[in-house]
Amino acid sequence: MSVDTDARFKMVEKTMKKLGYDRSALIESLHTAQETFGYLEPEVLKYIARKLRLPFSKVYGVATFYHFFRLKPKGKHTLVVCMGTACYIKGANKLLDKLEARFGIKAGETTKDDLLSLLTARCVGSCSLAPIAIYDNRPVGKLDEERTLAEAEGMLS
Amino acid sequence: MIRSLEELQELAEKKRCDDEACKEELRVCIGSTCLSLGAEAIQKELDSGVKARGLEKRCRVKGVGCNGLCAAGVLVSQVNKASGTEILFESITESDAKALLDAYETGAVLESKRSDTTRAFFTKQKKIVLENAGYIDPDDIEDYIAHQGYAALFDTLTNALPGEVLDEVKLSGLRGRGGGGYPTGLKWESVAKVESEVKYIVCNGDEGDPGAFMDRAIMEADPHRILEGMALAGYACGAEQGYIYVRAEYPMAVEKLNRAIKQARQLGILGRHIADSGFSFDVEVRLGGGAFVCGEATALITSIEGNRGHPRQKPPHLSDSGLWNAPTVLNNVETFANIPPIIRNGGAWYRGFGTEKSPGTKVFALTGQIVNTGLVEVPMGMSLREIIEEIGGGIPDGKKFKAVQTGGPSGGCIPEQHMDTPVDYDSLKSLGSIMGSGGMIVMDEDSSMVEVARFFMEFCQSESCGKCAPCRVGTTELSKILGKFSRKEATARDLDQLRDLCEVVKETSLCGLGQTAPNPVTSTLKYFESEYLDAIRKENA
Repeated sequence: MSVDTDARFKMVEKTMKKLGYDRSALIESLHTAQETFGYLEPEVLKYIARKLRLPFSKVYGVATFYHFFRLKPKGKHTLVVCMGTACYIKGANKLLDKLEARFGIKAGETTKDDLLSLLTARCVGSCSLAPIAIYDNRPVGKLDEERTLAEAEGMLS
Repeated sequence: MIRSLEELQELAEKKRCDDEACKEELRVCIGSTCLSLGAEAIQKELDSGVKARGLEKRCRVKGVGCNGLCAAGVLVSQVNKASGTEILFESITESDAKALLDAYETGAVLESKRSDTTRAFFTKQKKIVLENAGYIDPDDIEDYIAHQGYAALFDTLTNALPGEVLDEVKLSGLRGRGGGGYPTGLKWESVAKVESEVKYIVCNGDEGDPGAFMDRAIMEADPHRILEGMALAGYACGAEQGYIYVRAEYPMAVEKLNRAIKQARQLGILGRHIADSGFSFDVEVRLGGGAFVCGEATALITSIEGNRGHPRQKPPHLSDSGLWNAPTVLNNVETFANIPPIIRNGGAWYRGFGTEKSPGTKVFALTGQIVNTGLVEVPMGMSLREIIEEIGGGIPDGKKFKAVQTGGPSGGCIPEQHMDTPVDYDSLKSLGSIMGSGGMIVMDEDSSMVEVARFFMEFCQSESCGKCAPCRVGTTELSKILGKFSRKEATARDLDQLRDLCEVVKETSLCGLGQTAPNPVTSTLKYFESEYLDAIRKENA
């Protein structure tokens, strides 16, 4: 990956340019970077630091502060279990336990074959459908244990 | 471009006439909940069905924001604009769309899916903030304008002085809807008074409370209302730039807001010299990154500046030194959404709703073990019992009510004996909880209060920004102790320590997150002490 040849860096630069390369553009730039690259690899963080004239430690510090930013690549598929209060009251933790046991990974991890990332969310704001999980951007609500696993198998097959 | 109040009114009139040419509408709720139940496909199905049947002259299909009764999604309503009648259908699936159209074509009604709108859920609500939700197309600025949108702003810019806006907001008695309950008029006045070239209006759309989705619904259903409220704040306080800070986890809200801003700029409703006046105002969206602490005012400001969201000591207050050290007004989404109707109808009108000390209405997100989960707007002062039993429809499966949690991780659990308490800022505070932003999580007899306290404490522990020790270390220790209670391994000493530590964290933390973090523990200790005592090992008791 090279800054000169990889067009994705241009996307990130566009955001920085729009905001006048001001240091306050950092978070917006990280969002654009994550959208285009999928996650924030060190090369990208260094690039942003250089362009915004910020120390790398500052960029790294901000990127690790916010939950939304990922510093590791995601698997081919992602499964996000909402752990908000309404989902918790309706047993989201049990669903997560089942998924962790089924795929042999903990929340936040990716399977060895890079097929599935199991993630949790603070609250996706669809509390009426609790408990809810998001299968590759497709929210599925009112889950029970059986359906949680069945949907996961369906997504991977 | 719209340059005057007259031009705005002309556009509104033209849009209304165009709309009336088509007598009926099928409105599909495209709020987040209905969307995840397949609303988009239903909208397409209805749209193509109407066209295939040649009904498009008399009927239009449109997507609208959240209607509120999320428990019965997908919601579709059939509206006759000439007679003003509306029939609501619930739990509509893609396969129902055809049956709905079959019935509609012959002038009949699909009775099997008809929703009973004479229920308390519909009749006991009072919609001010959500007046357009479920009615207008959030992607269409003209639809907002046709529903009196931007009328308050243009009328003000033409006929009123900034001080008059302040007076109306002060008169309305509106208090901050983010949970703090600080009088909005006073907040604005303190910024208006400061002499400064640059001032900012910031809208908090971070909504980090798990179990709350009021602001999300407002941003998705009626984004222009927020822009109008912010512009009015800008005029009142002398600010020309606004920012809306939205969680990146709400991609649809971000999309709707960005589209709304673009449309408003195109019509000259945002930008230089709005309505040919001397007033200029523009708004930009800034994305948050999922940090609960960024709901705290100083942390939010520092996050917009591009930093880790660490709060700082107050004073200086934001009114003196906020965003980039300029005087700043910071209100949440619902507060700004209240402004256009207040300016349109007057502060005295607004005071007619709610209680003396908490005027107006409040939007709540009802979730948990309750029949009608969803979004409701009620006048302040309504009792918890009315909200939960009548509007919410009570507890499902014949279970007994145990407690309602208000205010999220900063709030507390309120038990059965206080169900008749009126819901307002001061009453909830006296019960050891807070109004908060409006999440209401209902728990039945099967819920363990110790578990709930532990859940919230773990939340606060992981969300603590780490800047001050009482919060960083205190929430960690509290989580550990609560873990002992939940495993039933606690001792009597643990109980004493729990109480002491709650006091320390509350009194010595730097910001609101830490200061209120013990609330779920102290309120459950107050009302459900026996559950803690039961968790103490027998030999130690």
